[in-house]
Amino acid sequence: MQYFRQSMSSFDLVIKPRGGWQPIDVHELWRYRELLGFLVWRDIKVRYKQTLLGGGWAVLQPLIGMLVFGTLFTTVAPIRSDGSPYPLFVFAGLAPWTFFANALGLASNSLVGSEHMIRKIYFPRIFVPLGATFALGLDMLISVAFMGLVMAYYRWPVSPKICLLPIFIASCFLIAGGLGLILSALNVRYRDVKYVVPFFTQMAFFLTPVIYPLRNVPPRLKMLVGLNPMAGTVEGFRYALLGSPASWDVIWTSLIVSVVIFVIGLYSFRRLELTFADLI
Amino acid sequence: MDPVIEIRNLSKSYRLGERSQLYGSFREAMIRGITAPFTRRNGKGRAAREPFWAVRDINVDVHQGDTIGIIGSNGAGKSTILKIISRITDPSSGEIRVRGRIGSLLEVGTGFHPELTGRENVYLNGAILGMKKTEIQAKFDEIVNFSGVGPFLDTPVKRYSSGMYVRLAFAIAAHLDPEILIVDEVLAVGDVAFQKKCLGKMAEASSRSRTLLFVSHNLAAVESLCNRGIVLQHGRLVFDGSSKDAVQFYLHNVEESGAGARSHVVDLTGAPGRVRKYEPHLKRLELYHGDGRPLTGDVRAGEPLRAVVVFDLEHPCMSFDASIAFDTPTGQRVCTAHSAYEPDREHEERIGEQSFVCDIPSLPLVPGEYKIGVGLDIGGCEVDWIDGAASLTVLKSDYYGTGVIPTKGHFLLDNRWSLAHETSEVYS
Repeated sequence: MQYFRQSMSSFDLVIKPRGGWQPIDVHELWRYRELLGFLVWRDIKVRYKQTLLGGGWAVLQPLIGMLVFGTLFTTVAPIRSDGSPYPLFVFAGLAPWTFFANALGLASNSLVGSEHMIRKIYFPRIFVPLGATFALGLDMLISVAFMGLVMAYYRWPVSPKICLLPIFIASCFLIAGGLGLILSALNVRYRDVKYVVPFFTQMAFFLTPVIYPLRNVPPRLKMLVGLNPMAGTVEGFRYALLGSPASWDVIWTSLIVSVVIFVIGLYSFRRLELTFADLI
Repeated sequence: MDPVIEIRNLSKSYRLGERSQLYGSFREAMIRGITAPFTRRNGKGRAAREPFWAVRDINVDVHQGDTIGIIGSNGAGKSTILKIISRITDPSSGEIRVRGRIGSLLEVGTGFHPELTGRENVYLNGAILGMKKTEIQAKFDEIVNFSGVGPFLDTPVKRYSSGMYVRLAFAIAAHLDPEILIVDEVLAVGDVAFQKKCLGKMAEASSRSRTLLFVSHNLAAVESLCNRGIVLQHGRLVFDGSSKDAVQFYLHNVEESGAGARSHVVDLTGAPGRVRKYEPHLKRLELYHGDGRPLTGDVRAGEPLRAVVVFDLEHPCMSFDASIAFDTPTGQRVCTAHSAYEPDREHEERIGEQSFVCDIPSLPLVPGEYKIGVGLDIGGCEVDWIDGAASLTVLKSDYYGTGVIPTKGHFLLDNRWSLAHETSEVYS
């Protein structure tokens, strides 16, 4: 089913069997761009409906994490941060990580959750997992803003490096979005995904330098850690927010891997998309 | 003029068992991977993969302004075709060429979020159906007025009654304004008055030379709304013509081959419904369509019906009458047709087997189930009577030609209405 918008052709739409790898239909995505906006808006509106704290949850999650880890790793089993106060250090890591973990969880279940729509209406399906990811962007912004308050509390100065923060926020979106696309599409076929994702995120949390500095990783394992794109992203967050020393080879690897993951996500989604309505 | 939709050799197949095979888990996928080399030689495994053709070799040209009703039994492929045209699923082979914007309404209210308010859902649902934000804004008041849920606009739709929910959903869909509108069974919901409003809105769309593709089990709605009808059977197109002819074709050729088929001749000699004190004089009841074809299926309200009562006269007799009566399943009599009501009746003395033919030019029964009772009088006295000799299903039809399907009561009364110019006029 390919969609042609050719000025020469007298037909607006030609529907025929498709197979294999499909190109991304940029024209179509552009025409439906408002729908993406509406889906994001819906997810944001709905997420905290009938909750007492509403958007407060966006702050509370990393805040509680900061308090627990802050207490745990300064008193019980001390971990030395890379210069900044440990609670500040851990919050800067938890902000992108909380976004990543939540986005992955929501995005991977988003298609199955929209089963009814997918069986009854045509629209670019890719917007469903992407919308779920973007909707969490608000939470990320709230927690970054809250980070500012925590920094003020510790009287930690803001450096011009903060200008680089958008790059790391973007890479966070690319990783969560790319993995979300793949996992949501796989979830249509194999519901195992639903059980794998929470376990996977939990393991990945410890493999990502969120509660410990990348510096503590032995040099021979460093590049391996760098292949985990969230490692470089978390590193980048600390660099931009706290001016922590950064290992740029890890950051560069992560940035490249995050773009690769997103592209793979886009194309594999397009391929798996063909059978959604029949399988979901 | 070129067609707005060209359907060419369209087929869609599913592999039987595909759902259970693919909609599985990694474990099953891995087991399949491991066992594949062994099952390949197994003939059984291959037989299970025989494709099932949901739609096969369909060729249709749809022209601008066509309103096409697609009818067929369950599983005939109606919805599959609409799903392919609305791009929800891919065809297996063949192609469809479309000119113009398609609006498809396979189910109203899809994409509604229960937590969001009516107002919010109008925007969300409009966007999902493919409307631009400015378009929704421009039509917002019209949509709300049409739906009649104005006072509850800022209430989450999860607190709506199902009727309000459907009305709001249809109101959005009805304002979609596509060049080609695809509708599946949406009229099965809502109250009668609102259904009529929707039909009106859709008819308005078709009169503005829009194109409509309509799937429904409501044959009356198809007949009154569509100018063209397509009948599908087992995924194949078996009829393409006017909607009236299509409905007739469906009722006579498709429906009857189903499970509902029965003989048009009912043997009455040992009928269980016979009043115990009577001797079996009545022998058979035969039912026919108005044109003489045996009635082996159901009949539509307002259709002509012919009943033949066959009975035996032991002695030469001048004065004898047959009657048939229509009862509700609970045994309430609706009306009786009696040969004594026939003014032009003249016949000589008869003996032996006789057939009384009763012609009902237009069956005045509200759609539903009925039982037919049969009786015989000799010399003004009832000598035989059978309750529930046959059953009859009366199907919905546009009896009054207005698109409103009568559903209340049992009897269809011929009636005319007009609005008096002044109240006093009525009495003058």
